[in-house]
Amino acid sequence: MGLMPRPDTTVTTYDPASHESWIATRLDFLVNWSRANSLWPMPFGTACCAIEFMATAASRFDLARFGMERMSFSPRQADVLICAGRVPFKLAPVLRRIWQQMPQPKWCISMGACASSGGMFDNYAVVQGIDTIIPVDVYVPGCPPRPEGLMYGIMLLQEKVKRERMGDTRLRQEIEPDPTSGLYIPPQAIDELSEPFGNSVHQTRSGL
Amino acid sequence: MSAPASFTPVMPGSAAPEAPAPTTPKRVPNRGGTPNPSAAAIAAQFPGAVVRTEVIWGETNVYVDRARVLDIVRWLHDDPSQRYDYLSDVTAVEFRDPEQPMQVVWHLRSLPYRRFLRLKAELPKGEPLEVPSVWSVYKGADWLERECYDMFGIRFAGHADLRRILMWEQYHEGHPLRKDFPLRGRFSRAEQLRQALAANPEARYSMEELTIAQAFEDIPEDMQRRLAKGERTGE
Repeated sequence: MGLMPRPDTTVTTYDPASHESWIATRLDFLVNWSRANSLWPMPFGTACCAIEFMATAASRFDLARFGMERMSFSPRQADVLICAGRVPFKLAPVLRRIWQQMPQPKWCISMGACASSGGMFDNYAVVQGIDTIIPVDVYVPGCPPRPEGLMYGIMLLQEKVKRERMGDTRLRQEIEPDPTSGLYIPPQAIDELSEPFGNSVHQTRSGL
Repeated sequence: MSAPASFTPVMPGSAAPEAPAPTTPKRVPNRGGTPNPSAAAIAAQFPGAVVRTEVIWGETNVYVDRARVLDIVRWLHDDPSQRYDYLSDVTAVEFRDPEQPMQVVWHLRSLPYRRFLRLKAELPKGEPLEVPSVWSVYKGADWLERECYDMFGIRFAGHADLRRILMWEQYHEGHPLRKDFPLRGRFSRAEQLRQALAANPEARYSMEELTIAQAFEDIPEDMQRRLAKGERTGE
């Protein structure tokens, strides 16, 4: 009669012939890897950028390669809002509500010049950049961007997702708009962001 | 109100079968040319109502007294010798020259006679921007007049539901297509955004406006059967 020796817990034995498979990794890496490769887009297409977006999703450019073939036309099952096209002021509360309906974690791609800055529509009706309404992760330039451009933006977003740390709780906090003005960022910043670019002041006041 | 029992489509040119087949006009003069016969008919029917008539690029413009627009349009629509059965547009013109009065423009088309007529009414300076609504003649004028009101601030007397259509209801920067309206609007971008975000996009639309129940009597029979069986569309 004798006591069994206690098993050594510091050593793991692995018998290749048993065909057990397992993997050791960091949780951050695993979660971010799965998130980045299964981003479900919520297409918010309002203009010609949406046509390029459709081309991106179609067979030639094939968004399915990035795990994004499942267009989520409901914001509640979406991960990334792709705003493709200009957003008029009348649509601003709609876009904000769609963004607020999306669950965390969520990201936003502003596709094209109009969504990013108002583009050529520096007038009374168009929002001068959707970053004045909702936080934006990636801006894709172009008028409209080619599908390659959008895919480059998507890959940048994947890079961004892969660098997130789960310990950083600040990342996934919902940003509450200011209760009095309903704005995320101070009015002075919005006015500064919406300043006309280049010589567009002279274009609108041509002296005629 | 129920749908008419039988619907006979109007064939273009059916009222003037002896007229030659229409061709693409060539070398149309800028000014002058054959006026639309309806212009003279209006002048004969409504003495003193026609201010002037001009033919520009082959199309006839008839300037009329704005107070009698509704009578003229109703007559043009109802009279068997005119039969203007299609209102293609209601819009307005404001000129950069401050001396020139604003104009309201009605584009009328007569399918049976293959005629196109442009009615214009001038709004004198210093008087309220108001013209009679033709909504009682053409139901299609509803949104056209709302758009004209939204963009130019012209009131259409007799319109049942005159409110903004392109800009949101609470928009109070003015009427964007007026010459004194700055291109970027009157308020700062932050203020415009604050007001736009404060607007509730669903506030003005009542269930009556969004439901099909009220229009049930007017929709085709097969659609009625499908809806009665509980089929839902548009969701």
